[in-house]
Amino acid sequence: MEFFWGLFISGLTRGSIYALIALGYTMVYGIIQLINFAHGEIYMLGAFTALIVATVLTMYGLTGPAVLIMASLIAVLYAGAYGFTVEKIAYKPLRQAPRLSPLISAVGMSIFLQNYVLLAQTSDFLPFPNLIPEMSWMKPLTGLMAPTEIIIILTTALIMILLTVFVKLTRMGRAMRAAAQDGNMAMLVGVNVNRVISHTFVIGSVLAAVGGVLIASHVGRINFFMGFLAGIKAFTAAVLGGIGSIPGAVLGGLILGWTESFAAGYIASDYEDVFAFVLLILILILKPAGIFGREEIKKP
Amino acid sequence: MHKLKQSLFISLWFVFLTFPLLVIRVDTLNKVVEWRWRNMWYVAAGAFVLSLAWRHFLEKSGRVMPQGFTVSEGKEEFLRWVRAHTQIRKGGMVLAAAFLLLSPFFLSTYHTNVMTTALIYIVLGLGLNIIVGLTGLLNLGYVAFYAVGAYCYALLNHHFGVGFWTALPLGVLAGSIAGVLLALPVVRLRGDYLAIVTLGFGEITRLILENWNEFSFGPSGISHISPPGFFGINLGVRANTSYIYFLMLGFCFFTIFMVRRLQDSRVGRAWIAIREDETASQAMGIDAARAKITAFAIGAGWAGAMGVVFAAKTTFINPASFNFIESAMILSIVVLGGIGSIGGIILAALLLILLPEYLRVFSDYRMLIFGSAMVVMMIFRPQGILPYVRRSYEFHLQNDPTGQVK
Amino acid sequence: MKPVMEVKQLEMNFGGLKALHGVDLRVAEGEIVAVIGPNGAGKTTLFNCLAGVYEPAAGDIFIHPPVGGTRRINGLKSHKIAELGLARTFQNIRLFPRMTVLENIMVGRHCRTRAGVVNALMRDKKTCQEEKEIVHHSYGLLEKIGLSEYVNELADNLPYGAQRRLEIARALATGPFLLLLDEPAAGMNPQETKELEVLVRRLRSEEGLAILLIEHDMKLVMSLCDRICVMDYGEKIAEGAPAEVRANPEVIRAYLGEDDHA
Repeated sequence: MEFFWGLFISGLTRGSIYALIALGYTMVYGIIQLINFAHGEIYMLGAFTALIVATVLTMYGLTGPAVLIMASLIAVLYAGAYGFTVEKIAYKPLRQAPRLSPLISAVGMSIFLQNYVLLAQTSDFLPFPNLIPEMSWMKPLTGLMAPTEIIIILTTALIMILLTVFVKLTRMGRAMRAAAQDGNMAMLVGVNVNRVISHTFVIGSVLAAVGGVLIASHVGRINFFMGFLAGIKAFTAAVLGGIGSIPGAVLGGLILGWTESFAAGYIASDYEDVFAFVLLILILILKPAGIFGREEIKKP
Repeated sequence: MHKLKQSLFISLWFVFLTFPLLVIRVDTLNKVVEWRWRNMWYVAAGAFVLSLAWRHFLEKSGRVMPQGFTVSEGKEEFLRWVRAHTQIRKGGMVLAAAFLLLSPFFLSTYHTNVMTTALIYIVLGLGLNIIVGLTGLLNLGYVAFYAVGAYCYALLNHHFGVGFWTALPLGVLAGSIAGVLLALPVVRLRGDYLAIVTLGFGEITRLILENWNEFSFGPSGISHISPPGFFGINLGVRANTSYIYFLMLGFCFFTIFMVRRLQDSRVGRAWIAIREDETASQAMGIDAARAKITAFAIGAGWAGAMGVVFAAKTTFINPASFNFIESAMILSIVVLGGIGSIGGIILAALLLILLPEYLRVFSDYRMLIFGSAMVVMMIFRPQGILPYVRRSYEFHLQNDPTGQVK
Repeated sequence: MKPVMEVKQLEMNFGGLKALHGVDLRVAEGEIVAVIGPNGAGKTTLFNCLAGVYEPAAGDIFIHPPVGGTRRINGLKSHKIAELGLARTFQNIRLFPRMTVLENIMVGRHCRTRAGVVNALMRDKKTCQEEKEIVHHSYGLLEKIGLSEYVNELADNLPYGAQRRLEIARALATGPFLLLLDEPAAGMNPQETKELEVLVRRLRSEEGLAILLIEHDMKLVMSLCDRICVMDYGEKIAEGAPAEVRANPEVIRAYLGEDDHA
């Protein structure tokens, strides 16, 4: 029973991280029908930036939760900036181009960012300090899960709620939904679609960065290549839930997290990464629209 | 003035953006923070200059209303001039041929090996071109077929002592079968999904090879693979290297010959039609699903063949050589060379393989350059270095068509 | 006259919306028939059902090719239908932009030729012969349509009217017995429309084609067609010779509700 529970929590944790990253994919795809291949790298950049800031801060004497807060804020800020910049450079000029072009550009951007970090820092795995302090209210739960896991799950839940409120109730959120449904029409009624797109990228990047910081604290190390695998799996989650659907991304993330965790635990742990891909191929063959997606009827 | 101000602002933005990663380097083991202020100035200056250049070229290419295939005039003129002056062309070709045929004799073993690698990538690029360039299917996992061919030979050789020449057609077959298997579920998918699935397929292949130790010997790989036999004679290292080089040279020409034939055929036109507009191509009687599967099978078969050659050349393979970076490199070759363009792909492969070898300063930055080149090419020159020109037909007055290649 | 196509009680739904309901249509050999109606009447949906893009929810579509026999084509794939002899053009021009004009037409010939991958690689005598015929045939069509000056131009570079005619030539290359033209005169000036009318008549008289077209240009329709079929809200509300249809009160009512006329 304990084994099962351990896998359950572990699945919930990684599923939450996948969900955070998947949200970025799904929102961007909903608006400009592009798989942002570079999104996984934003996640990675968030983790790296947090590490650098945290290290500098501790070097100059800062300790405790202040480090976590400062590092996270700055990492998130930078991730948003990177997301914004990537869109402006690699995707905006190609909005009218045939579909293959922005896709290739995205792949190129992904490779660029990975190697940028590789060359700027190092190819080694860098140890990441556990920034999450053990707080008193966690005491009763410590038998069941680690403090980092608690924080990850709570943070993700909180973010879901905030995001849903944002999308449903704020002006920009409405604009984003409108642009996702019909970009041209949204423009005609006065929505500044360029601004909406930038916002989408920034929000998605922020979420990914949060995920990056959290998982880095949990796992304890980061590497320039961590965005690649996480990115593909998060995309799988987004497709599973129905690309373009926010609740879908969350659900997809959780399902993927649990699938991986339980499959690795009960079937074969070496092939952990394979499950995500197999799941992806299966969904795309059987129900490409995903759980919350709508079947598209093409009108030539 | 406004432009300069904008570029200044952009330059400041990039300094801000790259500050944590480029200026600061943390060494958590020794608790040292290194501040690399010089990088900051590089970024500032570079961003300033690049943003000016970027804006300039963006306007020039008319990207506000982007054209896919307008070609900058100067380059076109030059190419047309070269094509027209057949003397120069012939002269150039003779020189190139001489160089190619004689190089193993005056180059060292190491350099001959590099040339062979370049040739292998040319063929891989041409193979992927059939899937990506002609048919327009973005395959990010091409390396999987390469791996299938390599392991096919390695395992057959290891367990049953199968020789290179026997394994070659088997590698092609294995690659093609893998291609069909991947294509079957994937042909109905939209471009973006197809890209991700092929990526997944590539990764699955690598992961299986890495973990299924009983089958593939895992991360340690397979060694002592026999090099290609030369009528049963045992060649020394140097002679063997030259032998493989000439083998690949022949293979390369064979591939170019085959691809040219395919491009100019009913099948080739069907593929290009699918790339241009799948719905319209189906309305014109083309079975798109079948054609796509065929494209995959043929492209994959070629990768399978190259896998066999690779295994024979390096006599040792392991899963690490078949990762996404490889797929990305082959894709860059196709994209940078010019989708569909044989000459462009050859040029791109040579650049991408030989340049980092001979200009060592590049080799660290190789992937960085690939990545940025892909972005830049898509924006400014999507038709590639040497764009592909469709065939022209000449017609005499009596309506008696003769084809003439431009 | 012998029918080449019969549509019986065709139904098509999109989600809850009934796009087509109880539609009957007949096209006879050598006839030029128009399908007209206000926007959203279901005309293109009908075309898409005929051409194999959609599978109808109910009803039958039969074709009777000149070579003989009858075939029910509901739910067949587009390329199979093209092979059987139904060719179409598109409302928004769908040429192959980065292929030359001649090659666009050559692609149309795909379903009437056989050369496969092995043939392409071997370039045996039969294949070369076939290629020559494809080029010959395509160029012939090009001349017939009047676009031979553009033979090696990229399709993308053609003026609009020429692009529309090229699409027709490409459809002809498939060797159809029934041609479906989706708003062939859209965006054309009166001169071009007149030329189009002449072309369509020639296609009927010289090639023996039956032609079914969707059009909004009433002048063209009245002048060109043998029969007109009027649709509104997914149903056929009238059918007959141009003069009959023009006077039909149902038809007038359907159109008076519209703001724009062709």
